[in-house]
Amino acid sequence: MSHTATLVAELTVLVLAIFLGIEVISKVPTMLHTPLMSGTNAIHGIVIVAALIVAGSTQQDGLIRVVGFVAVALAAANVVGGFVVTDRMLEMFKKKPTAKPDND
Amino acid sequence: MGTNAVNLVYLVTIACFVLALKFLSSPATARRGNRIGAFGMTVAIIATLVKSGVHITWEMPVAAAIGSAFGLVGARRVKMTAMPQMVALFNGVGGGAAALVALAEFHERAPASGRIQGDISVAILLSALIGSISFSGSLIAFAKLQELIKGRPITYPGQKLVNAAVFLGCLVLGAVILTGTEHQWLLWLLVTGALVFGVMFVLPIGGADMPVVISLLNAFTGLAAAATGFELSNNVLIVSGMLVGASGTMLTLLMGRAMNRSITNVLFGAFGQVSADPAGTTGAGGGTVRSATADDVAVMLAYASKVVIVPGYGMAVAQAQHDVHALADVLEAKGIEVTYAIHPVAGRMPGHMNVLLAEANVPYPQLKELDEANAEFSRTDVSLVIGANDVVNPDARNNPGSPIYGMPILNVDQSQATVVLKRSMAPGFAGIENPLFVDPKTVMLFGDAKESVGKLAAGVKAL
Repeated sequence: MSHTATLVAELTVLVLAIFLGIEVISKVPTMLHTPLMSGTNAIHGIVIVAALIVAGSTQQDGLIRVVGFVAVALAAANVVGGFVVTDRMLEMFKKKPTAKPDND
Repeated sequence: MGTNAVNLVYLVTIACFVLALKFLSSPATARRGNRIGAFGMTVAIIATLVKSGVHITWEMPVAAAIGSAFGLVGARRVKMTAMPQMVALFNGVGGGAAALVALAEFHERAPASGRIQGDISVAILLSALIGSISFSGSLIAFAKLQELIKGRPITYPGQKLVNAAVFLGCLVLGAVILTGTEHQWLLWLLVTGALVFGVMFVLPIGGADMPVVISLLNAFTGLAAAATGFELSNNVLIVSGMLVGASGTMLTLLMGRAMNRSITNVLFGAFGQVSADPAGTTGAGGGTVRSATADDVAVMLAYASKVVIVPGYGMAVAQAQHDVHALADVLEAKGIEVTYAIHPVAGRMPGHMNVLLAEANVPYPQLKELDEANAEFSRTDVSLVIGANDVVNPDARNNPGSPIYGMPILNVDQSQATVVLKRSMAPGFAGIENPLFVDPKTVMLFGDAKESVGKLAAGVKAL
């Protein structure tokens, strides 16, 4: 694909993602807005993919090594911290205090 | 693995993320959703590691281990009351990672002959700029919430001008780079400028406005991640980043609406700075404050048939959520109906009170949102306001001169009686007078929220 064609395809995906995001997120109740924030927080940890691609690039030099290292570490903290915190929060939302957690 | 196969795996990740958000529409499925999201993330990471063109180096596991350990310990150890600053911190590191990716990409591409393609340049500039602002801005939000620095707005004369100048400077640097002057130091300077701007942009914002700031910074990191997707022609980054961008933007607007203030006003208004304006203190002398003892209030509660608890940031600070639930249990044992009225901006992040009460095992059907709660106050015997102030200020309804006029509030003043638990008569975070405190139907119970609530529970039990 030519560079322009790729760009157009990417922009298409971008715009559709915005609409999809608005659609899905507007269904989230106010009660779950903190887990929503922290859940989306974990999702933007996807930047770890970019960090890994940079850190694993073939054109390694000193600067890219250092920058890649720090980027991977930061993104990993984002991913792990984000999902664990969200899980901790969601664990607490129960219908009745005595109810056993859903067997999932 | 070939590019097409990897892209297919990324598609699985995208589907997982969308499902994760979809499952968040109900507390019953939300946890499962989060796990699906985590699964999607794991799959994407594995696919990236085996992607052709990515060399696994010894640094990768080391860096990942350091980051993960930090994330895991932070996430496990943090108290639920400190959740907003933790989310801010994780948000910041994500933004920082995006900015670093931009720096590395620019470094890798710029020395090659010829110019970087225009759209790639734009993407690099955007992720460097937005990612850096999100990084330093989130760190300041963290420091404010953790009370490492003052929560009150920090302002100085000419602040807006300086901020605007720094931001403009960044844009000019970006424009210079776009014209083809691809010197490394230009981008480093831009990143430095953006970092400075992030700090200066959050400093003047008051603690009570943090829900707006945190969701905005969340959107920023999402956008920065999406921009790195354009640098690397990677759809999973674009889609995931934009999902977060859309979510953060929506929450920001929602919070703004819940305070009846424009986002511009929240971000640039330095709202809640201590006003030296003597004219603003008119409400203070307008009535007398009635203070009561815990035993008086216990009697009121014990003979009520319906009690509504209105929690605010004060409950979080005192970490009183468990004691509040214990008090509710005592009241319910006496056959009294207890519900909780939750204002959308109570606390320091969207939905903050819901999470705290969930931690204390309060069943979520008892938590009522603004409209539902307001419909019930007229048949409520006692409203128990615990550490909330601005969200129950009747001036928002009645006094067009009040800075919060027009903000939807919880109408506790419509209940038969109101008890306000408060540390002292000091004004709330926004520094605004609250006529609720001098309302003849209101009594004040001064002291630490946790202690007071404990005394109330003991008092009711003894009756």
